[in-house]
Amino acid sequence: MELRARLPAGPLAEKWERHRAEIKLVNPANKLKRHVIVVGSGLAGAAAAASLAELGYAVSCCCFQDSPRRAHSIAAQGGINAAKNYQNDGDSTFRLFYDTIKGGDFRSREANVYRLAEISARIIDQCTAQGVPFAREYGGQLANRSFGGVQVSRTFYARGQTGQQLLLGAYQSLARQIGMGTVKMYPRTEMLDLVVVDGRARGIVVRSLVDGAVTTHIGDAVVLATGGYSNVYYLSTNAKGCNVTAIWRAHKRGAAFANPCFTQIHPTCIPATGEHQAKLTLMSESLRNDGRIWVPKRKGDTRPPLEIPEDERDYYLERLYPSYGNLAPRDIASRRAKQVCDEGRGVGPGSHGVYLDLRDAIARLGHRVIADRYGNLFEMYERITAESPFERPMRIYPAPHYTMGGLWVDYNLMTTVDGLYAIGEANFSDHGANRLGASALMQGLADGYFILPYTIGDYLAQAKLPPLDASHPDVRRTEAEVSDRVERLLAVGGRRSVDAFHRELGRLMWDKCGMSRSAAGLREAIQRIRVLRDEFSSDVYVAGKGADLNQALEHAGRVADFFEFAELMCHDALHREESCGCHFREEHQTPEGEAKRDDERFGYVAAWEFRGVGEPAVLHKEPLEFETVHLAQRSYK
Amino acid sequence: MRLTLHVWRQAGPRAAGRFVRYDVPDASPDMSFLELLDVLNQRLITRREEPIAFDHDCREGICGACGMVINGRPHGPRRATTTCQLHLRSFRDGAELWIEPWRARAFPVLKDLVVDRSAFDRVIQAGGFISVRTGSAPEANSVAVPKQDADLAMDAAACIGCGACVAACPNASAMLFVAAKVSHLGLLPQGQPERARRVVTMVAQMDAEGFGACTNHGECMAACPKDISIDFIARLNRDYLKAVASGKPQAARANGGDG
Ligand SMILES: Cc1cc2nc3c(=O)[nH]c(=O)nc-3n(C[C@H](O)[C@H](O)[C@H](O)COP(=O)(O)OP(=O)(O)OC[C@H]3O[C@@H](n4cnc5c(N)ncnc54)[C@H](O)[C@@H]3O)c2cc1C
Ligand code: SF4
Ligand code: FES
Repeated sequence: MELRARLPAGPLAEKWERHRAEIKLVNPANKLKRHVIVVGSGLAGAAAAASLAELGYAVSCCCFQDSPRRAHSIAAQGGINAAKNYQNDGDSTFRLFYDTIKGGDFRSREANVYRLAEISARIIDQCTAQGVPFAREYGGQLANRSFGGVQVSRTFYARGQTGQQLLLGAYQSLARQIGMGTVKMYPRTEMLDLVVVDGRARGIVVRSLVDGAVTTHIGDAVVLATGGYSNVYYLSTNAKGCNVTAIWRAHKRGAAFANPCFTQIHPTCIPATGEHQAKLTLMSESLRNDGRIWVPKRKGDTRPPLEIPEDERDYYLERLYPSYGNLAPRDIASRRAKQVCDEGRGVGPGSHGVYLDLRDAIARLGHRVIADRYGNLFEMYERITAESPFERPMRIYPAPHYTMGGLWVDYNLMTTVDGLYAIGEANFSDHGANRLGASALMQGLADGYFILPYTIGDYLAQAKLPPLDASHPDVRRTEAEVSDRVERLLAVGGRRSVDAFHRELGRLMWDKCGMSRSAAGLREAIQRIRVLRDEFSSDVYVAGKGADLNQALEHAGRVADFFEFAELMCHDALHREESCGCHFREEHQTPEGEAKRDDERFGYVAAWEFRGVGEPAVLHKEPLEFETVHLAQRSYK
Repeated sequence: MRLTLHVWRQAGPRAAGRFVRYDVPDASPDMSFLELLDVLNQRLITRREEPIAFDHDCREGICGACGMVINGRPHGPRRATTTCQLHLRSFRDGAELWIEPWRARAFPVLKDLVVDRSAFDRVIQAGGFISVRTGSAPEANSVAVPKQDADLAMDAAACIGCGACVAACPNASAMLFVAAKVSHLGLLPQGQPERARRVVTMVAQMDAEGFGACTNHGECMAACPKDISIDFIARLNRDYLKAVASGKPQAARANGGDG
């Protein structure tokens, strides 16, 4: 396997323009004969499917939900970044690029990130034209707010429902194409394998989640827009169905998996209440603009928050990071929260919580302004906890949220398998070791609307793709393997439920490969994953039949893949003997507990090649070169 | 807390369904309604019974996947709350709960509490969009939108497409859902060129899907987890009459015109 990033030559600011000018174009008359399969209908997938169809390609798109409108992107709350500089506060393409590189702790590619920043402004134009009801000022212009870890106001938002509105915009564009017959949509359809023929991605094997039928879709290129894998931790802020299956299956067919251990833990989530907890709920980070984070100074102080006087509160982020304070980047805010809780100063049930207090902001700005800004978030919080943030500080705790790791892609967003692309959260590309707030929506839409629809043409214009049908031996073999896997899961007939296994795996990953990691812990985790994985395949019980709507079976398939994937994730974390971004290795920290990066030894993307379950994956390194931004230790002091 | 559940079990689209009784003696008031079903399902699995099928995903009240009728009320007793956001503290200890799927001709049951809501997607495909090709958009701030209009459009756009309005309506009408989309797009300057055509094609598709007529019961708004206002239905009706009177939409192709 060879990693060829295909970065265009020339000055940073001209690379994308130049590349676009050099891309081969597919003859318009041939486009209709080119069939592109898009897996996923979140921001990335819906945007790509709609845009490809507009260009004239024949497109199929599938998702596991009952409607493309329900993809996990719908849940994003806070906003989307764009370098519009509407606030005239000094923002620019370069600044957004710079912030993203630095925020990612120098583990992403300059060329990709610059392109992202460049495209960001057009995304806002596109979405506004689609009717996305972004927040506006009284003069009718678009409003902005500042968001997690940056000092300019470049975040566009639609109340606390930005992801919903952006997704509905993309969904509606997709719906228009479906109505015109240019996209064939397959909801309640799960991709369970990739068909590779002669080294090229030529289709997918899917299972209908309504009747269990296993079928193959054949095409000329496959685009995976299947989102992130935070649910490897079981409890996360992701929707219940989010999974690693599509990209893991592709990995097993030859796509390198990059930086799997780069997973983001979000600092502001509602703490768990008990064993029944099915998922965690995020409280938008925008609350950190006006909220102050604190814990009692004294260990084991169980007084209600309002009885703790000002001088007995530790506003630890303000204390440790005077210039960024409560807006310190996510990884830092999360780790510090864990630390104060580990010290015994956590609050709420199980002491797994810190306060996020809006008292001062309410006093300064008034009840109305705060209600206007955060009304729906407060309501959500109150619904879950039965406590009103107007009356007492919210309790928050970090939770797995986003995965920077994903399939390795080149500048064209193509994986190491020809004709297989990965976009959105499913790829590894732009956020390095840590993603800044409001940048995932931007990246998903940049990939889907403005990058992939062009770059895929370069491949389709040149690749020799002989006609293929379902009787080809490689197709039949892949399909048979899928059916076989389904049957095997049903046949185990053990004693433990899928959910019980998933929870156990999740707890293990959270403890050993979560907010902080150590060599000993990771080695132990790998051993235990193997044992658990064997137990899963010999003792799981999956109710029901294969030829049916069977949610336990769907879950079983996803958990089986998480079990295989988890080992790679720990392996990657173990090999990366440095702390960078969200990846914090206990052995590599300064005396003040800050992360110690090692650019000499680890200034690369780790791309893993699959060699068999339980076999060590092979590491390929893509060195990262920083020509424009100076490598520096991040400092938010 | 102790709860007695009567859950609609139906093996498939054509199978006959029935209520099955389950006792949960040890529910916690902090559980969400779906976590209650999770816990029950875990027990069914240990007893080697098939778990109850129900749609869900985000569990944050935003994806619109979840939804069941609880004691006759879509999404249960709490105002403006989806099933996944409903917590057991909304019920009294010892309560008896009847849980069924959405009931509407246009939403056939697939299994247990899972229904097929693809009719909603087809209504959007018929015209619930603004035709703008990727890359052709003007600079975003070149068109000012009064904050009031943007806010009202956002109120309508908050619809999550769950279908509770249909389930609540004695006629199984989809009027609130359709009105929300027609209003969202019709309130914005970007939505004006297709405004007349949109309302006509969407209403036609709604009728074709077998949703009932709106006779102003208002049950939809009471059940809606996103508080979508019935005022939007009046707005749809005005737009519809105007469009039909002007005769414009007849010339329009149903599926969004040229690509
Ligand atoms: C609670 C929350 C809040 C967030 N807030 C923000 C924010 O304010 N700003 C921001 O920038 N980012 C935010 N994010 C991150 C952001 O929402 C996601 O990274 C982004 O939406 C991912 O989009 P996507 O298109 O890549 O994938 P998704 O939206 O996850 O879509 C994945 C699609 O793939 C399909 N799929 C998956 N697996 C399969 C399979 N095996 N077969 C078939 N189909 C499959 C699914 O059905 C779905 O259609 C937030 C995330 C969470 C969890
Ligand atoms: S109008 Fe309300 S009840 Fe109807 S689909 Fe939308 S959110 Fe659900
Ligand atoms: S599960 Fe998404 S709205 Fe309830």
